[in-house]
Amino acid sequence: MEKSDEHVKVKLRSSKKNDTWKKIKNQKALLLMSFPFVIWLIVFKYIPLGGWLMAFQDYNPAKGVFDQEWVGLKHFKVLFSEPLFYSALKNTLGMGMLGLIFGTIFSIGFALLINEVRLLRYKKLTQTISYLPHFVSWVIVANIVVTMLAQEGPVNKFLMSLHIIKEPIGFMSNPDLFWGIVTVADVWKEMGWGAIIYLAAMAGVDQQLYEAARVDGASRWKQMWHITLPSIRPVIIVLLILNIGNLINIGFEKQMLLGNNIVAEKALVLDLYALNYGIGMFRYSYGTAIGIFKSLISVVLIVIFNNIAKKTGEGGLY
Amino acid sequence: MKRFKKVTLFDVILAIGMFIVIILTLYPFLNILAISLNDAVDTAKGGIHIFPREFTFANYIQIFGSNDRLLQAFFMSVTRTVVGTVTGIIASTMLAYTLSRKDFVFNKPIAIMLILTMFVSGGLIPDYMLIRHLGLMNEFTVYILPMLLSAFNVIIIRSFMDNLPIALEESAKIDGANDFTIFLRIILPLSMPVIATISLFLAVGQWNSWFDTYLYARSNANLTTLQYELMKILDNASTSGSGVNTHSAKYLVNQTNPQSLKMAITIIATVPILVVYPFLQRYFVTGMTLGAVK
Repeated sequence: MEKSDEHVKVKLRSSKKNDTWKKIKNQKALLLMSFPFVIWLIVFKYIPLGGWLMAFQDYNPAKGVFDQEWVGLKHFKVLFSEPLFYSALKNTLGMGMLGLIFGTIFSIGFALLINEVRLLRYKKLTQTISYLPHFVSWVIVANIVVTMLAQEGPVNKFLMSLHIIKEPIGFMSNPDLFWGIVTVADVWKEMGWGAIIYLAAMAGVDQQLYEAARVDGASRWKQMWHITLPSIRPVIIVLLILNIGNLINIGFEKQMLLGNNIVAEKALVLDLYALNYGIGMFRYSYGTAIGIFKSLISVVLIVIFNNIAKKTGEGGLY
Repeated sequence: MKRFKKVTLFDVILAIGMFIVIILTLYPFLNILAISLNDAVDTAKGGIHIFPREFTFANYIQIFGSNDRLLQAFFMSVTRTVVGTVTGIIASTMLAYTLSRKDFVFNKPIAIMLILTMFVSGGLIPDYMLIRHLGLMNEFTVYILPMLLSAFNVIIIRSFMDNLPIALEESAKIDGANDFTIFLRIILPLSMPVIATISLFLAVGQWNSWFDTYLYARSNANLTTLQYELMKILDNASTSGSGVNTHSAKYLVNQTNPQSLKMAITIIATVPILVVYPFLQRYFVTGMTLGAVK
């Protein structure tokens, strides 16, 4: 009895193998259509991961990949003893958090309000216009910000005409204002785009809930606060977790384009640090160590906040 | 829509609020447009809002007429956008189609490989070293190859293809069509809405890119792009001197009033997007929603 069972199993397995071969033969076209891109993935996405080894070597471009000198955690030790690293970390997390908090609040707020606009044409027009800044580059946005905030620029003129200030403010040359300027620019650029997802969630809210609330005499503010907002809470939580995981990956474009020598201290973020030291000063191993540190923080953040979300009963990402 | 009946104070406040959003979004663009259309010397006096004071096309004529570098940059921007979008669409639709075929032998492993790239990446320095080792520095291909695929785009296209009626494929197969023919003749034409969306994303990405020029193609003047030239002028105009080669920017700025010319370049770098995106709006809104839900 046992023997025959095994026999059947073996037979099944071999036929499965044959199946695979048959499939491969039949799916030549599909294979040809995916094969080049698998190679692309390996070359452009997975080989750089192997580049992480550089952080544990004294990488010397003149030598081959396998002839490098191994130095263990040397570069990480240097990194953690470097005051610049801590200020870069502080700037990254600071601007990242400001961007996350205000970006989320403004996108949700904008979505809530636009969801209430009754005139369909006006609603569509406002939405379309709100997407525009998302589609222009940071170079252009930086250009706009610098123009608007110039000594003789519209913002200063406006504030002076309202007698809020007496002297024009040197926005771009005040380090204390840099985080704020980056945050405002970020909100201005992405508010409308960020609202898309919340609007989609709001479209799915049961209309009967509103009717019931109206019967109970709830105003539209109250309907927004007690029905719309709670209904989209799961979407908000998931997006928040995703964005917190990316808190440290805020990039460097805004900081690089809006920064200047005067505010450099407040504009240095981890990626700029890696760029300036890693590529600018040919300290490849050191720059790679910064990148690895960033990835680790990212993973840790996402795990922590996912657990918090689960514990509070909101359900997490995974 | 039954919940709204008469115009209330709430509606009025809302309308005013939305109007302010429109103004805050559009004013900077209109201001830049006005400055770009204003006489360069007159601009220096300041005080231009949304209408030019001394209307002229001189700034644009200067860019396209007497400045070889900016003209070159404009054509390079157009070229990389067209080539990058076409190759990107070919690559992402092909990969997305094979991943939408549940019976494909390597469906799972390839999908996992692709999705993992959304969570792990080598980072700035390893990417830079790769480009150097591949010999892509100062080559046109550095604009195309690294940006060929993005997991996010492929997943959006695949989700769309997943919802296409499978019966069409089966009947084509019975008629003797092979997988590639099915992809080309049936899947691609049916996928036009999502292709339009992803094309927009790819085109915008290519058109707006400046960092790859800064990092990989700085020493080849033929590969300069509009965004990069604009970035150099911006860099020169601000008080910074981050070690970037600003020769050409200084040369430009000395020739004319920097403000009007800078704004004209900004407008040229913005207009193509301005023209395209409102028409594709309804596609990308569904695309975004779909992509985010997955």
